[in-house]
Amino acid sequence: MAWTRKILRVNLTKGTCVAEPLNMDWATKYLGQRGLASKYLAEEIDPACDALSPANNLIMATGPLTGTMASTGGRYSVITKSPLTGAIACSNSGGFIGNEIKNAGWDMIIFEGKSPKPVYLYLENDNATLCSADEIWGKSVWETDDILHTKYQDPLLRIAAVGRAAEQGCLYSAVVNDKHRAAGRSGVGTVMASKNLKAVAVRGTKGVGNIRDPQAFIRATVEGKRVLAENAMTGEGLGALGTQALMNVINEVGAMPTRNMREVQFEGASKISGEAMLEPRESDGKANLTTNGACFGCTIACGRISTIDPQHYTIADKPQYAGNSGGLEYEAAWALGSNTGVDDLDALTYANFLCNEDGYDPISFGATVSAAMELFQIGALTTKDTGGLELKFGSAEALTKAAELVAIGEGFGKDLGLGSKRLCDKYGHPELSMTVKGQEFPAYDPRGIQGMGLAYATSNRGACHLRGYTVSSEILGVPVKTDPFATEGKPELVKAFQDATAAVDSAGLCVFTTFAWTLEDIAPQVAAACEGNWTAESMVEAGERIWNLERKFNIDAGLTAADDTLPERLLKDAAKTGPAKGKVNELGKMLPQYYQIRGWTVDGVPTAETLARLSV
Amino acid sequence: MLKALQLEPEKCTGCLQCEMACSYENEGIFNPSKSRIKVFTFHEEGRFAPYTCTQCAEAWCLHACPVEAIVINPVTGSKDVLEDVCVGCKVCTIACPFGTVNYNADTGKVIKCDLCGGEPACASACPTQAITYVDADHTGLDRMRAHAAQTIPRN
Repeated sequence: MAWTRKILRVNLTKGTCVAEPLNMDWATKYLGQRGLASKYLAEEIDPACDALSPANNLIMATGPLTGTMASTGGRYSVITKSPLTGAIACSNSGGFIGNEIKNAGWDMIIFEGKSPKPVYLYLENDNATLCSADEIWGKSVWETDDILHTKYQDPLLRIAAVGRAAEQGCLYSAVVNDKHRAAGRSGVGTVMASKNLKAVAVRGTKGVGNIRDPQAFIRATVEGKRVLAENAMTGEGLGALGTQALMNVINEVGAMPTRNMREVQFEGASKISGEAMLEPRESDGKANLTTNGACFGCTIACGRISTIDPQHYTIADKPQYAGNSGGLEYEAAWALGSNTGVDDLDALTYANFLCNEDGYDPISFGATVSAAMELFQIGALTTKDTGGLELKFGSAEALTKAAELVAIGEGFGKDLGLGSKRLCDKYGHPELSMTVKGQEFPAYDPRGIQGMGLAYATSNRGACHLRGYTVSSEILGVPVKTDPFATEGKPELVKAFQDATAAVDSAGLCVFTTFAWTLEDIAPQVAAACEGNWTAESMVEAGERIWNLERKFNIDAGLTAADDTLPERLLKDAAKTGPAKGKVNELGKMLPQYYQIRGWTVDGVPTAETLARLSV
Repeated sequence: MLKALQLEPEKCTGCLQCEMACSYENEGIFNPSKSRIKVFTFHEEGRFAPYTCTQCAEAWCLHACPVEAIVINPVTGSKDVLEDVCVGCKVCTIACPFGTVNYNADTGKVIKCDLCGGEPACASACPTQAITYVDADHTGLDRMRAHAAQTIPRN
């Protein structure tokens, strides 16, 4: 069990909220969260629909372990069709709203249609009400959070909202919960705003029960937490340095995309690293990092809680940014920093605050700014286009001004809100867009980590490190070390990571556990909680089923094998420095073999036999 | 030896494992809203603080109860609510200066920390030792040790 077995279906066009039973046949095949919601999406919408039309659905889904004592068991995902990629989108977030939805008695909330006027959903256990959003539309996520907490006089209310960026149509808008956790990628927030849905405010007091074998579950989760505590990364590194532990490591191996991925090492990396966040600053003697913080149920606690230097130019007349808020994670520090050539830690922290405050993805934003900087450098963009903004690589002022403009969708912020692909198309240089399927790259250069090139090219949501994090194996040696420059064996490695990750993302757990856990650690926890035969093998099979379901959705949406590629820069321009010097990504050597082991045609289409074998 | 819960907010990460452990131990379900221990997040200050009943020696709740539903546990020293006797009048929730006795609308009774009979589940579940169960007469021992280490160096 562990599922509440209830779905809330909200029809925004009609203004109705209706409870319905969870399809348990699907739940035992797709587990929950990413897998199960993807199944609902694929069954209920036309994959070819316009992502920003009422024909698209948006699903907020928990996993069976969400809201339980399993470490990291507080996750939820937002699943919809992406306006950025045209592919299926699934963005995962921690914080505290996933467990709250579950505690209110729901496995997932499906939003259909479009509200005639801006609304928010107030959900208190069984009581679901669509309320006028007049007082919060046009406000930032942070203001929305404060207004609703004050209105309901309930500090325990958990809120997920979209900011002004989403309202203004920024294509990589996020759904931000608890002020600084985000379902960040692929523009899921843009879809939410397109439905005139501003926020979801939840209070649940029912608790999460229905554990199949409670004693076995406590035993399995205690054992899981012991494994996390004893692992160097999950027990110590991530708590101390957060994901920012990776900044110096990845720079040293020469896989740090720099200045729109023209280079693979950033000379300023140490200044924006996790270690730099611990250094006391001159102005007030405090470090950028105040403390680490956990999401619900998480015993790793990688979250960064930071302040900006009180003397920094960005907050000179802005006391609202003087306090603590969500600090830099590795991806944000890379995208806002290395990729734009900016090594000013406080400027990056400020830009990151704005990404949270108004809900837009710092990866896509930073990558889009870096593409704009390259366009500016070659003269394809001028100050006439940018409203006077000197978009030079390395300019902290340009970065923070760009962040302010995207937050509210004004001036050149409108163009930046298009994302790298559409921006580069608009200004006549599509080759400068560092994207796959229209989504911007994360922080690992695939010239120095060959498997990641294949993982990016075949990711079902466009360029993404969280769909198959072979960095784990190729760089960190988890669970086994592979040669980052070799292409041999990488199709198998990528497939294994993709399938396992799909299962983890469907359970209600955080993928960061997999620095220490394998499915052998996770399966006993799922098996003790849920009906069905959950073993490491059956979870891999569920993961493969989910992967193929997503792939089929994308093909039905009109994507083809031609979309499984990388920008020419990564395939033809060799890395200039570092251990990967002289290397390009050899995607062509890996892709055919990948299709073959996936059971797909040479054109990347899952065969009828494959779909039947997995009962997709 | 009497033991007490020692709370060290500077070690807390706000994960709420304690709240789940508490509710599971007492209610058989993972439900932070029914937890006797609560973790507070002070977002702008970047602080987390767990808080629960300190088991006062002269317990206001116990003295305020009109039906003597709150009694001293002779083994652990905790002040326990006798569910069968409690009438849900909530006077104890008013009497407690710290807010650590609360009404449970589902049962019509009050709930408070009873140290789980001597094996507090919150302390076992805390991943950072922000909650420990230690000698009640020496809850300051760790802090004393830390300061002693600094102030009395070896020659």
